Amino acid sequence: MTKASTALLEVTHLVTQFHTPHGMVRAVDGVSFSVQRGQTLGIVGESGSGKSVLARTIIGILANDGSPTTTGGIAFEGRDLLKLSEPEMRDVRGKDIAMVFQDPTSSLNPVKRIGAQIGEVLTRHLGLRCRAAEARSVELLASVGIPLPAERLHQYPHQLSGGMRQRVAIAIAIACEPKLLIADEPTTALDVTIQAQILDLLRRLQRAHNMAMILISHDLGVVAEHTDVVAVMYGGQMVERASTRSLFHSCRMPYTQALIRSAPSLPDPPHTRLRAISGRPPDMLHPPIGCRFNPRCDRATDVCRADQPALSPSDADGAHLYACWHPVGAGEVLP
Amino acid sequence: MKPDELLTVDNLSATYKLPRGRQLTAVANVSFTVCKGETLGLVGESGCGKSTVGRSIMQLPPPTGGSVIFEGRDLASLDAEALRRTRTRLHMIFQDPISSLNPRRKVRDIVAEPMAIAGVGTAEERRRRVSIALESVSLDPDRVMDRRPHEFSGGQCQRIAIARALIMEPHLVVCDEPVSALDVSVRAQILNLLEDMKARYGLTLLFISHDLAVVKNISDRVAVMYLGRLCELAPSARLYEAPLHHYTAALMAAIPVMDPDRRRDPSRLLVGELPSPVNPPSGCRFRTRCPRAAARCAEIEPKWREAEPGHFVACHFPLGSST
Repeated sequence: MTKASTALLEVTHLVTQFHTPHGMVRAVDGVSFSVQRGQTLGIVGESGSGKSVLARTIIGILANDGSPTTTGGIAFEGRDLLKLSEPEMRDVRGKDIAMVFQDPTSSLNPVKRIGAQIGEVLTRHLGLRCRAAEARSVELLASVGIPLPAERLHQYPHQLSGGMRQRVAIAIAIACEPKLLIADEPTTALDVTIQAQILDLLRRLQRAHNMAMILISHDLGVVAEHTDVVAVMYGGQMVERASTRSLFHSCRMPYTQALIRSAPSLPDPPHTRLRAISGRPPDMLHPPIGCRFNPRCDRATDVCRADQPALSPSDADGAHLYACWHPVGAGEVLP
Repeated sequence: MKPDELLTVDNLSATYKLPRGRQLTAVANVSFTVCKGETLGLVGESGCGKSTVGRSIMQLPPPTGGSVIFEGRDLASLDAEALRRTRTRLHMIFQDPISSLNPRRKVRDIVAEPMAIAGVGTAEERRRRVSIALESVSLDPDRVMDRRPHEFSGGQCQRIAIARALIMEPHLVVCDEPVSALDVSVRAQILNLLEDMKARYGLTLLFISHDLAVVKNISDRVAVMYLGRLCELAPSARLYEAPLHHYTAALMAAIPVMDPDRRRDPSRLLVGELPSPVNPPSGCRFRTRCPRAAARCAEIEPKWREAEPGHFVACHFPLGSST
């Protein structure tokens, strides 16, 4: 267990369930992974695959009205976050683990000035007061590439563009130099040229502070360019996990392969027929029995419709894991 | 006008009035043609005016300047009745399939609505055509006809919207970001479906999107817009192979590539953001973010010209030229 002692974040058998009027939904179903210091883990999946619920479970911001229940372990620097009280968790959140959301318009407070929103974090976690907090806020805004940072402190979020708002959200997230940043679709609401700027900014900040990052995205291109390790989620489960290079060059899970193939590729000539995945993502109230991808998979056989495959190693060092009875590149049924 | 031109957009402008006497020019001097059976892609970032162009063509609302000539007739000159008749041959598909379908109506009524508006067909005839249209978009008519939109996923709703758009067998379909709200795995299904429908019904498409890879895949020719103006128009393959406008090149460089071994050079990223369309830069509108901008770009707006046959550009210093 030497690996467990060095990992910054170690998630084991995490299950998050919601009680809904229609029944129980297991949004995250037995997910395990670890993140090393300074590493970027990409989580890929379609809407409803459980990737955002996973992120929210880690940082502890699911509704506390009793509807979600979580089991498993989330060890951050050896401490189980699931066992912390809410006041203890508040000291971790925003300081050691920070989060950037998809929509900066709704994650920023519309009736508070930018300066007050950054200052709040600095005062809460670092105890900085007026002058010091203001000086640090200006530094932070400058570090995320916001022009005229001192003037921005007195502005409201609506006075900024979407890209600038996301920069402010990132400035708030990195204010306390967190050890782990969770970015949930941080650029999905932005244009491609702005997306490229924001992703580049995240990469530079990450290198400067040796910060680990969980980058959640549905965009395989974004993940290919900005992560070290990728986990693919489908129907609440992790179906493949590998180094980014290994995943894109030799994926084993048919769903991963289908996702990579279904995206239009720029080098292809116009009117190239796309290799669409038939069907649609599973209904989480009634997930398919066996492998959750089986109704859409062209390799599916009886075993896929009966038994759920476990995550198993593809190579000797166990760095590449996949869950499939008939993996890509193997051709024969595994025991 | 050439015989195979289905739609000609000439000098189209759309201006909106703002408080305190200011004006917002969302689209200015946009001209292009769409030939029969072709797919023209219109690409640009949010706020560039691409959706306004689509809506102006549909006369929703009519443009404030210029003309839209569809099948030889200027749509602005038509009275309400003539426009309604023309609309049977002109249809639009929107980005958000769920909000573009009336949640209180059954699928059969939603899909039959264009026939009801045009007043064609008996109840039996409508039912038959709805059934054919639903089948053509791979939905089972018996299972979906009497259900309502909320019972369907986004991809299925987009199929219903496509069935509705096709029921009158239109000649031109304007698709405004038809796959942007869909999941990656469903996106390819809908793009393939649009290609199939195009072949089956002999459709002409104007395909509006911010996604260059999608636009390249579906289009024969592509027009690029920036801040209300066209900056480049070329055959799809040619545009991607040898762009002339710096904005087109920057847009392409910003697309993440699905290959971890070919990561982009961050120094090639476009700096800055889209300027306000209320107060656009003088001269060339892209000059504030352009790596090649010179004094002339601030003074003179570059002319829209044909740099090589079929390849139009508006730039003083196009890529690949020595000056």
